[in-house]
Amino acid sequence: MIDWPLVSVIIFLPLIGALIILFIKEDEITSINIKWAALLATLGTFILSLILWLQFDYSNPSYQYEEKFRWFDDFNFFYHVGVDGISLFMILLSTFLTPLCILASWNNIKKRVKEYMLSFLFLETVMIGMFASIDILLFYIFFEAVLIPMYLIIGIWGGNRRIYASFKFFLYTLLGSVLMLIAIIVMYRNTSSMSIEFLQGNYFSYNTQLFLWLAFFASFAVKIPMWPFHTWLPDAHVEAPTAGSVILAGILLKMGGYGFIRFSLGMLPEATEFFIPLIMTLSIVAIVYTSLVALAQTDIKKLIAYSSVAHMGIVTIGIFLVNQQGLEGAMMQMISHGLVSAALFLCVGVIYDRMHTREIEFYGGLVQRMPHYATVFMIFMLGSVGLPGTSGFIGEFLVIVGAFKFSSYVVIGAAFGIILSAVYMLYLYKRIIFGTITNNKLTDILDINTREKIILIPLAISVILLGIFPNLFLDPMRLSLELIITNYEIANAK
Amino acid sequence: MLNNIYNIFFIPEIFLACSSFVCLLFGLFLKKNAFRQTSNLAVLVLLLTILLVYYDNESNFANYKSLFSHSSFINFFKILALLGSIASIIISKDYFLGIKLKNFEIPVLFLFSTLGMMLMIASNNLMSMYLAIELQSLSLYVAAAIKRDSISSAESGVKYFILGALSSGILLYGFSLIYGFTGSMNFDDISFYLSKYDNLNLGLIFGLVFVMVGLAFKVSAVPFHMWTPDVYEGAPNSITGFFAIVPKIAAVALIYRFCLVPFENFYLEWSQIILFLSIASMFLGAIAAIAQSNIKRLLAYSSIGHIGYILIALVAANDDGIKATSIYMFSYMIMNVAIFAILLSLKVKNEYLFKISDLKGLSKSNPIVSLSISIIMLSMAGIPPFIGFFGKFYVFIAAIENELYVLSVLGVLASVISAFYYLRIIKIMYFDESKSEGIINFQISFQSKIILSLSLFLIICFIFYPSLLINISASLSI
Repeated sequence: MIDWPLVSVIIFLPLIGALIILFIKEDEITSINIKWAALLATLGTFILSLILWLQFDYSNPSYQYEEKFRWFDDFNFFYHVGVDGISLFMILLSTFLTPLCILASWNNIKKRVKEYMLSFLFLETVMIGMFASIDILLFYIFFEAVLIPMYLIIGIWGGNRRIYASFKFFLYTLLGSVLMLIAIIVMYRNTSSMSIEFLQGNYFSYNTQLFLWLAFFASFAVKIPMWPFHTWLPDAHVEAPTAGSVILAGILLKMGGYGFIRFSLGMLPEATEFFIPLIMTLSIVAIVYTSLVALAQTDIKKLIAYSSVAHMGIVTIGIFLVNQQGLEGAMMQMISHGLVSAALFLCVGVIYDRMHTREIEFYGGLVQRMPHYATVFMIFMLGSVGLPGTSGFIGEFLVIVGAFKFSSYVVIGAAFGIILSAVYMLYLYKRIIFGTITNNKLTDILDINTREKIILIPLAISVILLGIFPNLFLDPMRLSLELIITNYEIANAK
Repeated sequence: MLNNIYNIFFIPEIFLACSSFVCLLFGLFLKKNAFRQTSNLAVLVLLLTILLVYYDNESNFANYKSLFSHSSFINFFKILALLGSIASIIISKDYFLGIKLKNFEIPVLFLFSTLGMMLMIASNNLMSMYLAIELQSLSLYVAAAIKRDSISSAESGVKYFILGALSSGILLYGFSLIYGFTGSMNFDDISFYLSKYDNLNLGLIFGLVFVMVGLAFKVSAVPFHMWTPDVYEGAPNSITGFFAIVPKIAAVALIYRFCLVPFENFYLEWSQIILFLSIASMFLGAIAAIAQSNIKRLLAYSSIGHIGYILIALVAANDDGIKATSIYMFSYMIMNVAIFAILLSLKVKNEYLFKISDLKGLSKSNPIVSLSISIIMLSMAGIPPFIGFFGKFYVFIAAIENELYVLSVLGVLASVISAFYYLRIIKIMYFDESKSEGIINFQISFQSKIILSLSLFLIICFIFYPSLLINISASLSI
């Protein structure tokens, strides 16, 4: 095993990079240094996080690489971090996507490069920290601190309605998470413990659980987002710069799903049992409704944003099935969506950088001029639809298999959503890529360059890898998920 | 015996009183640079007073026949008030010189006001409490109106004086009722007398309500907050800074001691009042601040909101509440020192800044300053990982410890509303495009820079080593 604080190094390496950048003076010439420093810091973090995966003990369901220090003298709050099968891939996803984001912003961010890179590095630290924390207070601090860089990223480098979008994003998600703070304090008061590991049991009376569950639901349902709490998402996605959308779709939405698994399922099993019908209803409404809404969009980014809500509906169904297939499917769907939607936003960014519009009407026949682009876009489009062989298939398939054990109505709803997703994605692809070029402005559009290939090809490879070798990802998380299911069943059996 | 007579000068309050007179004379006889020199002397005096408070022990003259009390809570708040006072004198020095307001009386007034506050915090008797409040307020009335040729300054001084006098009258009436029905002015005696009864009689309830009204005025809790925005706006910025930083500390300590010492057994009676004040302050502070365009008015409403949170901890009325208050007051002081240190050094077209929209484009011309303002604003909004979050966090811990679930939920909702206007300041600095770059000047003296960096350091780095402050505040007893 590793005898140095690997997890802390991974958490704080981006922050150290940020500190270094803080002391680089920004002007025309040195902004390239800032970009390189940011890229190196994030790449270093990614490489270190690969060690987590390579050294991971598959036979251990609980936390590994634990680090624990007393943090507050008066309460049982610890600086307590570690990684288990559930958080492992969330951390990897964050460390994988952030360098790509930095690369994606290489040329199109021209103003305030320094602040931009600082925001991204800070964002990476808090995202990794959040997934790695085993102390609820630590989790909460990271969970809320995410808002600060994201607010700046949307507000400073966003589109025309960026101010509206950034405020909506911040206040909406803050409203959800402050209720979680109250819930955390109530939990502490009842058990005198802040350890997520310890609280994974059944420690609260039934009525307390219901209230705690609702408080956690408020924060995670906004974050993931579930219908009808999703309205911040299209605005935030559309107005955010490309890299901002990537992080938003790729990682921030997963914070909600991660929270549901850890807190709702793990700590409040009886209340979860009570609220399962609510979640299922909301999820199915989300899948069908947002798929239909996506179909009607004229803005590419907005379409992908609504499709995210629909995909997250599949995730919530999978989580609250509380069986092995469902949870594994939800986890796979989260990882897959993290890669695919991030890649789709990057693809949109590619044409947006060239043409500065995201209207679907504007494009058409891109395959004539951009064959490479059309190919990678197709891989991600099919990943999003869930074609067998891509990552999207595994998640959706497992969730539907799990859902048969629960109720066939849920299966019908979910399957209907999957069909709709094929409809809107293929329709989008047809309108943008196929046909002949009708718009004169598109006649000299250039195909993707080397930098864009470096960004998109790793994503395409991982989407296919995930689709062909799902066990590579499922094996490490299996035992951790089983532990949660066992706890859940013990709690509800009595 | 003779040796002991000189010990009297080592009692912090006596030392401060004598030194204030020395400062006054010192300023009077100086021909040149009277203001600057007196300010430096005042800072020195306050520093020495902190040392004396720190080493003060109960044996010194037994607190004047129990007119005053002595406890770790009192000492903590005294030191807090002194620190706030030192910081506000240092950060306002250049501002006063900048607007050519060089009356050497200003630091002396601050000294007297600080003396009043120390006595307020320590008072254990209705009479000494009243006198201390008056000493504190009278100095502040003069300070608010110190810019004699400015109409707004005079207006704010008069407004403050009239409303302050009214509230003092109500306070005094309440005192007389309490004295009349209990036969004593001493907190301990009142407490002893009241311990014989299960509930308060009508006269005492009236007395309690009147005193609460007077004290609510001093901490500017809604609905007795009306003076705050106007006085903040009218007074010169540096005086506003002093108002925002220091008197609140003393008033909060006083309202705590008044509720928890003589009336500790009648929790139900006073907690209803405080509960209402708390909820009203949080929400009005949050909502009214949204529409403000003047940064001083905005900070006034923000301070009203903060008082609401502190009163939650008072309603909780347990040891966690005392701990929460001291942490919250510390963070409140630090954040206000930092924001005023910046505001007092920003100039727009050679005028000192007062409109929020003047901050437009600051992030381009002065990235470090705008980053600092953003951090302070996020901290005030209670967003982790800054110190403001921990203040709120401890307040909610105290409230939930006492099962005040509804109040805590209302508290967090108000904090979301208030996040809006804090974010608006960041929005103006970062998101709004400005055509007028380079008009904003940031000039800061070396001393203010130290104060500013120190307070920013505490705001950011509290999270890395919280135990120091938390252990101190956990050991406080009222």
